[in-house]
Amino acid sequence: MTTATQPFQFATAAYLTCVENQKAETIAGLFHTLEQASDAAIFYHTFQSLGRYHFLTEGFSNDFAQWVLASHNQPLLAERLASIDVRDYVSIAELRADLRRIISEYSEQHVQQARQCAFEPFYFCRAIEVTVPLPWDARTLAGFRAGVERMSHASFYHHFIASRLRLQLHTNDFSHWFATALGLEELANRTNRIDIYTNTLDTARQELIELVDREIDT
Amino acid sequence: MTELFSAAPASLDPYVPVVGAAEVEELRALATPLEGLTVDMLNSTAVGGGVAELLTRLLPLMRGVGLEGHWHVMEADQEFFEITKAFHNALHGSAYQPGPCDFEIFREYNRRNQERLPLDSRFVVIHDPQPVAMIDARNGAHSSNWIWRCHIDLSRPDPRVWSFLQPYVVRYDGAIFSSPEFARQLAVPQYLFYPSIDPLADKNQELEPEFVAGVLARFGIDSGRPILTQISRFDRLKDPVGVVRAYRLVKRYFDCQLVLAGGGASDDPEGSQVLSEVNEAAADDPDIHVLELPAASPLEVNALQRASTVIIQKSLREGFGLTVAEALWKKKPVVASAVGGIPIQVIHKHTGLLAHSVEGTAYQVRFLLSHPEIARRLGEQGHEHVRENFLITGNLKRYLTLFLHMSDWNRS
Repeated sequence: MTTATQPFQFATAAYLTCVENQKAETIAGLFHTLEQASDAAIFYHTFQSLGRYHFLTEGFSNDFAQWVLASHNQPLLAERLASIDVRDYVSIAELRADLRRIISEYSEQHVQQARQCAFEPFYFCRAIEVTVPLPWDARTLAGFRAGVERMSHASFYHHFIASRLRLQLHTNDFSHWFATALGLEELANRTNRIDIYTNTLDTARQELIELVDREIDT
Repeated sequence: MTELFSAAPASLDPYVPVVGAAEVEELRALATPLEGLTVDMLNSTAVGGGVAELLTRLLPLMRGVGLEGHWHVMEADQEFFEITKAFHNALHGSAYQPGPCDFEIFREYNRRNQERLPLDSRFVVIHDPQPVAMIDARNGAHSSNWIWRCHIDLSRPDPRVWSFLQPYVVRYDGAIFSSPEFARQLAVPQYLFYPSIDPLADKNQELEPEFVAGVLARFGIDSGRPILTQISRFDRLKDPVGVVRAYRLVKRYFDCQLVLAGGGASDDPEGSQVLSEVNEAAADDPDIHVLELPAASPLEVNALQRASTVIIQKSLREGFGLTVAEALWKKKPVVASAVGGIPIQVIHKHTGLLAHSVEGTAYQVRFLLSHPEIARRLGEQGHEHVRENFLITGNLKRYLTLFLHMSDWNRS
């Protein structure tokens, strides 16, 4: 079995949610507040909502879409916001611009709805990440598999989803390690294609383990 | 000031079957860098109320992962608690006319408590407004971190009370709120800690079916027909009469029963009046069960929730509304009002259904009774939502994360 040039160091991340001093009460207000909101707040309500609500596999994509649906009853805009796939983004600036573009287009065509007050305001939050290394690493695929089996949801989320912005690449920690430390490009690509929207963190982890098992068998 | 807690640490092992070994291992990993650090927690009451209940469970777990946690309770006389009760109501928006000495009495009791106890731990967590002025005891070197944990809704406070308390609050290193809606615009960081339930407590633990059946039999409830339940105090803000009206709308289509169970009627004049109104609204319908339970009936509440087909929480105003988390933990479909902390727990169409009126509540209940497979999915997802966000292990994790953050862990 191939030994990696660099070990994979498993870590876990815990998140401390901070309440920002910003809120939106209308769709038009959301458009404006999105311009001023911190990158960390945009990250929290998109990338991190995937981790917080990973057990929802149908119809939940990000906090903005959910608010538009539940507090405004505007399924058209909610659907468009929900269609945003965070895997397409390596910078918050691009993501922010697309969110604002979608809301702007909707607001131009639905002026009255954009000014209606929501049942509940949208409160902007952000999260502070605290990472702690776990007391195990992996130098082979077998060791990696054993490590993945021991991971918590937070640890898996940290390596598989939050890592994309940290790496500033269209990839994740696992694929990055497969490609750079083991030279397993195909496994890296297949891992990166695991759908984080239709999977829970548990089923995504299971898919990863199955991919690794197949690689070990070959 | 009395230190209440110095009992043996509690192990996280019993939580492994509930949250999984990985989550427990992660809690221990987060606690490792904090091992031996001291934590003082201070509140105003040793028994009764959600804060005391929380600290009773949280401190042993904190000790179990290696922190030296201490729980202290303020000592004060009736005059202090009458003033802080008035503060409490005023912070929730009630009218308040301060007495000439109210603020000075408040300060004086805080001063006396400062003299009784040196709060010299690495982390000091002050719960709620009563001891907020204890920040005066902080030493000048700022070698410790002081955190104010506010369990109440500050979204519409009386300005006189808030302008008195705010100068104390902004001297803390951070404030913790239960919902973004409850927070204020402050110059210090505001953290979000959801309230939590203990899955191993009597109110939430698994029960034998025989026990549940026995409770139903004791109250004359038919287990063979749908049961709609609201668990809450007999309080107008919980709108029990509105629940009866919603039930009557559902009853046109489904042969169901309604259970309204709670306390608060025997020791509260308004509670007994509300109870009379509920009984009047129920009239002589044998399928409406109005149960006034003693304060300590956690197993009965647990059984009633587990036996229910749909749980309702039709509050007009609400704090966080942890009865919703209790119901979700039991995988029950919930129909609840979109007020207070409820929308955080009930993600509409994902972990339950939100409603804004009697008619809306009735419609959502009918929908769930007509679509048991959707009701089951909502219950399952609600259970996962609670597992991820509203269990005491999550609360412990948030404290550990906060302490790591304040220790500059990732910057060291």
